[in-house]
Amino acid sequence: MFSLIRSAWIVLLHAFRPRETFQYPEQKAPLPPRYRGRIILSRDPDGRERCVACYLCSAVCPVDCIALQAAEDEDGRRYPAFFRINFSRCIFCGFCEEACPTCAIQLTPDYEMGEYVRQNLVYEKEDLLIDGPGKYPEYNFYRTAGLAIRGKDKGQGENEAPPVDVRSLMP
Amino acid sequence: MTEIFRSLAVVAGVLLGVLGLSAWLIWLERRLLALWQDRYGPNRVGPFGLLQVVADMIKIFFKQDWVPPFADRPVFVVAPAVGIVTGLAAFGVVPIAPGIQVADLNVGLLFFLAMSALAVYGVVLGGWASNSKYSLLGGIRAAAQMLSYEVFMGLSLMGVVLLAGSFSLREIVAAQTDRWFCLPQALGFAVFFIAGLAEAHRLPFDLPEAESELVAGYHSEYSGMKFGMFFVGEYIGITLISAMIVTLFFGGWLGPVLPPVAWFLIKTLIFICGFILLRAALPRPRYDQLMSLGWKVLFPLALLNLIVTGAVVLARGQ
Repeated sequence: MFSLIRSAWIVLLHAFRPRETFQYPEQKAPLPPRYRGRIILSRDPDGRERCVACYLCSAVCPVDCIALQAAEDEDGRRYPAFFRINFSRCIFCGFCEEACPTCAIQLTPDYEMGEYVRQNLVYEKEDLLIDGPGKYPEYNFYRTAGLAIRGKDKGQGENEAPPVDVRSLMP
Repeated sequence: MTEIFRSLAVVAGVLLGVLGLSAWLIWLERRLLALWQDRYGPNRVGPFGLLQVVADMIKIFFKQDWVPPFADRPVFVVAPAVGIVTGLAAFGVVPIAPGIQVADLNVGLLFFLAMSALAVYGVVLGGWASNSKYSLLGGIRAAAQMLSYEVFMGLSLMGVVLLAGSFSLREIVAAQTDRWFCLPQALGFAVFFIAGLAEAHRLPFDLPEAESELVAGYHSEYSGMKFGMFFVGEYIGITLISAMIVTLFFGGWLGPVLPPVAWFLIKTLIFICGFILLRAALPRPRYDQLMSLGWKVLFPLALLNLIVTGAVVLARGQ
């Protein structure tokens, strides 16, 4: 009996507490910097696409919302011919970002992407690509990787030793 | 002629006032619950969200009015009306202010008790006619709970009748000019308050609907405006119980400075907010706990109150 009255009194005192609600459209909730929102494709510091179309993001995606097609340009660099994310399926789990070997696909703290037409939630490559390097400003895959492309042969990458002819390595 | 005109105006005023207040209580309840849970509640439609009820009404009128094929159709349709009609009829005897009362029956208190007993039928028939297991369980609970709480709800009021010497609600209020009955009848007030909670099946005692176990109980098969009528009927019940508490124990319209209608409304609103506070704070008891509380604690208390009050009145009369 006493505890009933006491709990009613405690609830009544809550009238004088500040409210927890963020009145959303006018007042936005503070987001942590690593919040997982809208997915973007970043570029390397030279301004070229980071994505090498390895299909790892598409393979790891639990809801199969990423579709892409690999292609290769005249320099020998791989890139996606198309890159499509269906945001009506995406669950923003961030697995694609973790799987990406070149830090190309990244999740941003932007969640305001409501649409009236479902089809508008399908983002193509030109909708996804941003101009900057995103969270990793220094990283450039082709500059550090041992892959030979036009203008950079094997052994010319950063921190990379010149190639060794293994057949001449005799004991 | 003016007499008829005046009484018609009172009837229309009480009817519209009670219906409007009861519908508006939905907004009040949601805002108050939100306040006590550190939220805002509905605050978008109109100033402070006051027009939320209007928006809800428009929505509910456009809902499909669906009767399940397995339901007992005529009873299913009549049941929601019973709840509302009995609540509104009981308001006919509530004295809102001197002269503002639809009917000053000399047995007004008995009329109120009879109407609140009839209100059980709305719930029970609704649960029965829905022809589904959860509704039936809700209806059974409603029947048992409301019938057993009916008994000492009546008994707890007999002390007031003894003190006032009348069953007429207007005379009961007039008898409280010197002293409100909540002091000499504190026990009766407590019992009536709890019984009123059970009678209006409000939250600590909302076992007939019990969303978490019976999926809304007796009205789980209802939709559209029929559900709306059950909903408004419940709020009419709250308003009625609060108005009766004010009339019987807290001096009705009596009070200094302000006009009588204002005092009546203020006191009633305080008790309505109290009901909402209890909803915000208290958990729902188990069914057997509810019944044993009623029969083993409250019923003897009501009898004790009646006997002591009778003895005091008798001793003072000699």
